[in-house]
Amino acid sequence: MKKLIILFLAVAFLPGCSDDWGWYVVNPYNRSGLINLKFLLSGYYFTLLLSFTSILISVVVGLLVALPGLSKNPWLRNFNRVYVEVVRSVPILVLILWVYYGLPPITGLDVTVFWAGVIALALSDSAFQAEIFRGGIQSIDKGQYEASHSVSLNYRDTMRFVILPQAIRRILPALGNQLVYMLKMSSLVSIIGMQELTRKANELVVTEYRPLEIYTVLVLEYLVLILVVSAGVRWLERRLQSDERG
Amino acid sequence: MAQAVINEDIQIKNVFKRFGDFEALKDVSLSVKAGERVVICGPSGSGKSTLIRCINGLERHESGSIIVDGITLAERGASLQQIRSRVGMVFQQFNLFPHLTVLDNITLGPIRSKKLSRVQANKLAMTYLERVKIPEQAQKYPRQLSGGQQQRVAIARSLCMEPKILLFDEPTSALDPEMISEVLDVMIGLAETGITMICVTHEMGFARRVADKMVFMDEGKIVEMAPPSKFFDAPNTQRCKNFLKQILQH
Repeated sequence: MKKLIILFLAVAFLPGCSDDWGWYVVNPYNRSGLINLKFLLSGYYFTLLLSFTSILISVVVGLLVALPGLSKNPWLRNFNRVYVEVVRSVPILVLILWVYYGLPPITGLDVTVFWAGVIALALSDSAFQAEIFRGGIQSIDKGQYEASHSVSLNYRDTMRFVILPQAIRRILPALGNQLVYMLKMSSLVSIIGMQELTRKANELVVTEYRPLEIYTVLVLEYLVLILVVSAGVRWLERRLQSDERG
Repeated sequence: MAQAVINEDIQIKNVFKRFGDFEALKDVSLSVKAGERVVICGPSGSGKSTLIRCINGLERHESGSIIVDGITLAERGASLQQIRSRVGMVFQQFNLFPHLTVLDNITLGPIRSKKLSRVQANKLAMTYLERVKIPEQAQKYPRQLSGGQQQRVAIARSLCMEPKILLFDEPTSALDPEMISEVLDVMIGLAETGITMICVTHEMGFARRVADKMVFMDEGKIVEMAPPSKFFDAPNTQRCKNFLKQILQH
């Protein structure tokens, strides 16, 4: 992995020594370059805030949609199916545009760019979360429910203390994937003017006319972000699993 | 206490249960007195597990009535919860909670459904862990224990709810032979405490020693019901004779 990164840096930066490249736009050793670089990096704030807010909401909504999907009641199961199928078939970009331009006139609410992004990302992701949770919960042995019933736990306590803690350990790798996916998809919210990484890069390109260098920095920004987050998810996975093995 | 002896803990009357086309229970009636120890045996598919799973509502019976400790087992709701807090169950596959320590496995029920404080529940759990002779394993996770130890934890988990009735669903069938006796020893010890016990098991030595009443089931019906002395030495039906012959051969 490290070798790959070094190789990538070499490919990206070595040609920059020639006259065709203009690394000065993001060179931290000259004044305007430093300002530009800080401008690009400041996009992390909204990329992170947007992604983490969205995934928190989508996990909760996903769970609330998954539970009826496991019910014996066919109406509740149908609600789950319809929600998942409908939400899953709308492209995220379309959903973002629809929430931003469509939701305010329909609801009369003043939806800011940030919340439009959060709603669209969370909505889209919740359908996937619901499927992940449903699979995770279904993978838990029937005996766990029976043991819970036999010590008189009600449905809520059975889910909260017995089934979900086990299901979440199993679906953690899938949840990690969704988080990474979300971080990447947050770049789409730039289209409605969210000041996150991609939007900042676009704006700088318009003023500096140096797309090659600036977008290279953008790629690196996402790469670093996602490598760090993935490492964090793996650490969490190991920690939770060592719990069970003791 | 005198009254409890007269009362019947469990009354099962004309119970039917089917899974699809398969009739698991056909017109089964059985009553168990407080403190009585009943052993149910029979070939696989005879409905013995289904019968005891109906007693705490893990399976819903279709017709007939089941009254446990004076409470009629209804379709849903409060009565089921009440019955389950009075009836403990030990499963063939232990069904311990793998993500919780032994102590937390045992205290979860009392803390959540009986509203005991953690301190009270821990204290109670330790007394029952001592009863099943593994207090030193309290902080371990189930997968660190042997099968016999896991089943003893499962017994302690049931006991910690302080049930009036304990159901055993083939508690030794999933165990390695050398671990069967440690679990049976614990069950014999329990039988001496006067708790009402219904055991589905093929351990005939255990049955002969502790049972007040033997029940033989075949094809969803109770075929024979007798005290162990009569049951083992002079069974009425040919089916029961054949079954005993096969099972006692080994």
